[in-house]
Amino acid sequence: MELAFKTLTRIRDILSRKEASVEEVVNACLQVIEKTEPELNALITTCAEEAIEQARQMDNQGPDPEKPLWGVPVVIKDVIATKGIRTTCASKILENFVPCYDATLVEKLKQAGCIILGKTNMDEFAMGSSTENSAFGPTKNPYDLTRVPGGSSGGSAASVAAAQAFASVGTDTGGSIRQPAGFCGIVGLKPTYGRVSRFGLIAYGSSLDQAGPMTRTVRDAALMLQVIAGHDPKDSTSSPEDVPDYVQTLQKANDLKGIRLGYPVEYWEKGLSPEVKDCCEQALNKARELGAEIIPISIKHTPYAIATYYIIAMAEASSNLARYDGVRFGFRDKEATELLEMYLNSRSKGFGEEVKRRIMLGTYVLSAGYYDAYYKKAAQVRRLIRQDFLDALKACDLICAPVAPTTAFKLGENIDDPLQMYLTDIFTISLNLTGLPGMTLPVGLGQETNMPVGMQFFGPAFGEEIIFQVCHVLEQALQGPGLPHVLKDEG
Amino acid sequence: MPEYESVIGLEVHAQLKTKSKIFCSCSTEFGREPNENTCPVCMGMPGVLPVLNKRAVEYAVKMALAVNCKINQKSIFARKNYFYPDLPKGYQISQYELPVAEHGYITIQVGGKEKKIGITRIHMEEDAGKSVHSAAENVSYVDLNRTGVPLIEIVSEPDIRSPEEAVAYLKALRSILVYLEICDGNMEEGSFRCDANISIRPRGQKEFGTRTELKNMNSFRHVQRALEYEIERQIDLVEDGEEVVQETRLYDADKNITRPMRGKEEAHDYRYFPDPDLVPLVLKSEWIEQWRKELPELPADKLQRFIRQYGLPVYDAEVLTAEKDLADFFEQTVKIYNQPKKVSNWMLSEVLRELNEARIKIGQSKFRPENLAKLIKIIDDGLISGKIGKSIFSEIFNTGQDPEEYVRAKGMVQISDSSALEQVVEEVLADLPKEVERYKNGQTKLLGFFVGQVMKRTKGQANPGLVNKILKEKLG
Repeated sequence: MELAFKTLTRIRDILSRKEASVEEVVNACLQVIEKTEPELNALITTCAEEAIEQARQMDNQGPDPEKPLWGVPVVIKDVIATKGIRTTCASKILENFVPCYDATLVEKLKQAGCIILGKTNMDEFAMGSSTENSAFGPTKNPYDLTRVPGGSSGGSAASVAAAQAFASVGTDTGGSIRQPAGFCGIVGLKPTYGRVSRFGLIAYGSSLDQAGPMTRTVRDAALMLQVIAGHDPKDSTSSPEDVPDYVQTLQKANDLKGIRLGYPVEYWEKGLSPEVKDCCEQALNKARELGAEIIPISIKHTPYAIATYYIIAMAEASSNLARYDGVRFGFRDKEATELLEMYLNSRSKGFGEEVKRRIMLGTYVLSAGYYDAYYKKAAQVRRLIRQDFLDALKACDLICAPVAPTTAFKLGENIDDPLQMYLTDIFTISLNLTGLPGMTLPVGLGQETNMPVGMQFFGPAFGEEIIFQVCHVLEQALQGPGLPHVLKDEG
Repeated sequence: MPEYESVIGLEVHAQLKTKSKIFCSCSTEFGREPNENTCPVCMGMPGVLPVLNKRAVEYAVKMALAVNCKINQKSIFARKNYFYPDLPKGYQISQYELPVAEHGYITIQVGGKEKKIGITRIHMEEDAGKSVHSAAENVSYVDLNRTGVPLIEIVSEPDIRSPEEAVAYLKALRSILVYLEICDGNMEEGSFRCDANISIRPRGQKEFGTRTELKNMNSFRHVQRALEYEIERQIDLVEDGEEVVQETRLYDADKNITRPMRGKEEAHDYRYFPDPDLVPLVLKSEWIEQWRKELPELPADKLQRFIRQYGLPVYDAEVLTAEKDLADFFEQTVKIYNQPKKVSNWMLSEVLRELNEARIKIGQSKFRPENLAKLIKIIDDGLISGKIGKSIFSEIFNTGQDPEEYVRAKGMVQISDSSALEQVVEEVLADLPKEVERYKNGQTKLLGFFVGQVMKRTKGQANPGLVNKILKEKLG
């Protein structure tokens, strides 16, 4: 089982030098899964037999130096299409949906030599901040089983934190990579919009969705992004921008001299729990010690971010989720006797509460007579928020912010109060409105809850390199969150 | 009682003849097995994304240029949201706020007068699939082969004032599309479809009346009759002191009436918004210029040229240029045998009649320009009479045989030997002394009768001009 605790970078080297077989590595992960999964519920589907079979084949063929992630087991968020492996979006409506195509990023991972070990739990259709909105039951936080892992990529975050796999690919529409990464003490990157192909990523808010790596170290995240980034002719919104050598770029980073870190005063004012504030301030002090300059900046339109975000995301969702109608695939209510009834029953029974809430709100804001007041206005405010960030990034190299006002909250704590749940996204959602990249770095454990605290670093468009560099340096200087509770009696 | 005028605007949907669909690489071929031309993208599977077909853009822009539109170098695709089983994504990708082209016009001819009809906009969109309802099995099937076939919608200004103008406008649009080789223009198969907005008002009134929208008109004749019916219906309502209700109405061709669509079918709020999966369509100036250069001669220009170059009457030129294939056939024939008016006469009468009877297009016929050229030539050369020419036309049209070979093989070559004909004439006159007597007494219209008798005895092969001449000589 010990092999499973290695970093992605390390296990890759072990595999390429044949210090362990792929089968041994896969088995180590499967043992962790067997041990932790009954409590965590991080995976919706586990592909144990296929993975072992694939591992044996790879061992027979031997390491392939052309494949940067040869033999490395990973788990994929269940919102990303995997050919021949059911892809549910944690929804009853897609409970038995098996795609006949791979998402482009999955194709790339396979080409790089990855083994897909399973599909991770999430909030249904990526709508939520706690992974409690899953038709397959909630995922628990590996540091405290009474707490949520965050969401919507909570399964990915819990799985990677608990060493079920070496990395995961999550998706981030309003913080769905960064917030669970923060809650589970791992690294999570939302790349620049267009950096990673969205083909095969089952859409929630198409103009906001972006897939990205969730790993235990910054270097691991760089390795993963290297593989999944790049232009895709199948995604018109993917960027033709060259993909730099992210791993190479880490060699250059030894300190933070000359780096200007901006902190938005609006984010540090109120509502921030003392333990989160303490941890983040300590990280900033560390950065200062390493040579960084810390400067206050302003993101003026912050108060409008949540409203703007939810209008756009829900509007897009209401349209994106129209295809789940029971006609061609997915759940269909068998009792319906005519068309409208089939639509109504299939969708009423197939979707969960939160998804239905968002479809209804999204339908409302696009309706005749409301479009100008809501959607159009939100699109305008979105441009202002983006401008705020672009202006701020003229005065600093990166913007830093807490991931969430608190550490991971208790299961059930916010689930009956959707508005309160939406407010927990305050620090993450603006970034998606701007399309800019941002990464969560674990910066310690909160004094009060003893739960991981994460801090985010936002960069300029296609500025993933500098984010990696700064976070890599800071990561070395900070204490990691340590092994999660669920693995306490191990290693 | 006031005199009324109708105000009509037309929305035309034209299927573009691209090889692949507008947002995926599936074939657009007609007549395949149901759902054979589909892939995850056009089936709207989870996670798939559309990628715009450049050829479809080229075709849309060419049409826009041909009808004098202003091209928007930046246009936006939008989602039109509604639920229907043959609409796999639950929305149709279309253009809404910023279409690819706006502010165009075409010129039509009605009753010998020219009229300009404004074109409000042209936008691109994807076609929906087809629902097939089987009453026998009590089930419905969905065929998605048509889903994602590229369409352009051409929206006219409310400049049209009569059903005749509407049909002339549609024919002109269709002709341009076919000339550009971007659309089949087949109304029955649905590659060229039309909806109409129509209202009436007392002549002289500036404000528009309440309009209705007419759908389900599958031929030019349907359009004409549906509009005529609807104008009458609206006038009757107003005359009776009732009000026209704004609604969508379906044309019922069997009963020749229009009737309202059920309320549920038309109560749509499409919730248009920009499609976040597609970046704005930005057209490079070089592309537009290239496409402009590639435009062929358009019907209106060809019409003028036919009048000028071939000295044809306006009517002949109109008929010949209405279809590009017909115009090409004409020009190829004239190239071989330079008698434009004669060629035109044959085409407008015999050729069109045969095409109509066989229900085919000229391109599908075995009859080629060299056949028509030869036919006219052997008549001019006196090898056969025009009458014989007409009598054999159907046969050579259907078989594509060379006319000269045909008449020689059948022994139908005309007798132009005057000594041979003189003999026949003498026989006829000898057999008919009473008639000769009457002729000589002044009943000169009997000449035709004698000609007929000579033709009868020569089985129609006598050169009629020569027969006339000899008869007159013999009868003094």
